[in-house]
Amino acid sequence: MIADRERSPLLRTTGAFFLVGLICLAFADISISTVDPWLEFARLLTGIITPDFYATDSLLLALAYTLAFAILGVALSNVLGFGLALLFYSRTVRVFCAVIRSVHELFWALIFLQMFGLSPITGVLAIAIPYAGIIAKVYAEILEEADPTPLTALPPGTGRASAFLFVRLPDAWAHFKSYSMYRLECGMRSSAVLGFIGLPTLGFHLETAFREGQYSEVSALLILFYLVIASMRIWMKRPLLPVYLVGAALILPWGVAFSLSHIARFLTSDIVPHPLREGGPDMMANFADWMSLMVFDQALPGAMATIQLTMIALIATGILTLIFFPLISPLLLGRGPRWAGHIFLVVVRSTPEYILAFILLQLWGPSMLPAIVALALHNAGIIGHLVGRYTESVELRQDSAKGANRYFYEVLPRVYRPMLALLFYRWEVILRETAILGILGIATLGFYVDSAFADLRFDRAMVLIALTALLNICVDVISRYVRSKLRLQTSLEIK
Amino acid sequence: MPLVELRNESAGYSGTPVLRGLTLTVNAGERIALVGESGSGKSTLLRLLYERCGPDVSLVPQELGLVQALTVFHNVYMGRLHCRSVWRNLRNLIWPARADVSEVGEIVNSLRLEDKLFAGVGTLSGGQQQRTAIGRALYHPGEILLADEPVSSVDEHQARDILQAINDRKKTVILAMHDRALAIEFADRLIGIKDGRIVLDRPADGLSPSDLDELYVTAES
Repeated sequence: MIADRERSPLLRTTGAFFLVGLICLAFADISISTVDPWLEFARLLTGIITPDFYATDSLLLALAYTLAFAILGVALSNVLGFGLALLFYSRTVRVFCAVIRSVHELFWALIFLQMFGLSPITGVLAIAIPYAGIIAKVYAEILEEADPTPLTALPPGTGRASAFLFVRLPDAWAHFKSYSMYRLECGMRSSAVLGFIGLPTLGFHLETAFREGQYSEVSALLILFYLVIASMRIWMKRPLLPVYLVGAALILPWGVAFSLSHIARFLTSDIVPHPLREGGPDMMANFADWMSLMVFDQALPGAMATIQLTMIALIATGILTLIFFPLISPLLLGRGPRWAGHIFLVVVRSTPEYILAFILLQLWGPSMLPAIVALALHNAGIIGHLVGRYTESVELRQDSAKGANRYFYEVLPRVYRPMLALLFYRWEVILRETAILGILGIATLGFYVDSAFADLRFDRAMVLIALTALLNICVDVISRYVRSKLRLQTSLEIK
Repeated sequence: MPLVELRNESAGYSGTPVLRGLTLTVNAGERIALVGESGSGKSTLLRLLYERCGPDVSLVPQELGLVQALTVFHNVYMGRLHCRSVWRNLRNLIWPARADVSEVGEIVNSLRLEDKLFAGVGTLSGGQQQRTAIGRALYHPGEILLADEPVSSVDEHQARDILQAINDRKKTVILAMHDRALAIEFADRLIGIKDGRIVLDRPADGLSPSDLDELYVTAES
């Protein structure tokens, strides 16, 4: 009897996604347009190895602001997210959370910038609002997974609030704490990136230093940033949290004025589509023209480029992960090389993709290439770290193969499923970032959003941001469908 | 020329010896069964012997060490990964070559797994998984096979078939076994272990299962 040789659905799905990625790549502009990219790269490398910590006096202040925005934003999002998690049984709350987290913090920042100007409120809210949506979902899942058996052991008549406080919450608390630490790390990255749109954080100085070619200053800024993130578990202790919160609130420059009438005008008039605002007899015809202009000149090309870049970046991330995770896997490398691997992965995953893309754009000029490489490096750094860590728990038999054979036969088949789960989980994150990279000049949706804001056409910006959010929710739904169809689960999912 | 020679040696995990005062010689061509209670040190002795046997040996560990995400073909094929080029291995991982499929298929047939050749190991029963692990060791080109309880999950009829297949294909065989009658039937030398020491080492000829009773009496009773 001949056994049938059916391809596993896992491989078929991988193949299909790979094909889509290749087709997208075939139509992508991935040229390097700078005259001498290597010369600039050499200058950058020279700067990186000669950090100048005294370049500006504002270096430490920039770092302090970055921390302050992150701490206040994440703290606020924790409170809001926890509250929303308790209401997560309601469909309305779930949809609301999905919508607020589908808009990237930079887009939120661009919106709040119109309302509050450069007041710290802009930065804190830009982090707190999308994060609240993410945290609500994660906390709701954690509460749902908490062991329900102690509930049955409670004396009859115990109130719901007491039951929650004594049974549900203690179980979930440790998870909340560790997830909050992870969120704070993300918050640091988001906060740093907010500098690129004018807030006084790391990104602001990074952009200036880059434009002026002060690579030693760039290096110093990045090194300090890595150190703060890497040492987070040392300095972030719960008893010190009130000190940090008060400190953060005190150092931020709250004095920046904003006017309430300005906010009111933005919310009630500026974001209403222009023809509707003007009114008049031709209102509907004008509105139709406005819509067709929006759809054909901005929304469609922007969405196409966003999807195209997302798919290429997703495949590139997958391929790079296969190369990255062995760097820290005890099954494949010795202690020494693994150390180097850890440092490398910390650097690529701590550098926000926005900053990576910005650096690569300076080196290579505008095309999709810097964005692809930045997204792949950062995300493969994250997934590679988790997969590499996962291999620490795999025990091989005494007579297992060595070298490449071990990688392909013993390790890869064992990690493939969790790796794919993580990859599909990050798909949505990659899409959100792809849209944002448009602000740097790549023609994704962010490019059109940024132009609309620059032209003070807030009505257009809002339509485009809504479209980005919609795309994000679609990818989330597809990703969830694929994951459930392939029965891809991972306990590492929240990261 | 003995294959392995142990002289008054100890063995164990992370510093605490499980076995003490081991003196043992294994010659090529012997078929040895290790018997004794669970926890007496059979697995530790097998590990030690495996380390001393050199490159010509294959192993069936008690926990089998199968890759659940791969098929029976791939798991059995892994017995010869080290003999083939990486490219050929990579090719077989993605699209198995006809020649290798028929070679592996022969082993798999002898273990009555022919209809499962391309089934994922994760979908198999415990007994089928055990046979897959034995298949991997049989496909290994070495002439020595060490196995830890290789027939614990199959019925007696199948156990005989499997032990026969092992004896047919391998020259030197060392098996840890809990079924005393089968051990006497298929081995020509029995080594009894109790409380970390070798307490019995005799040819299997003329032994009856009840002769091994003393191995299974605990010190207290």
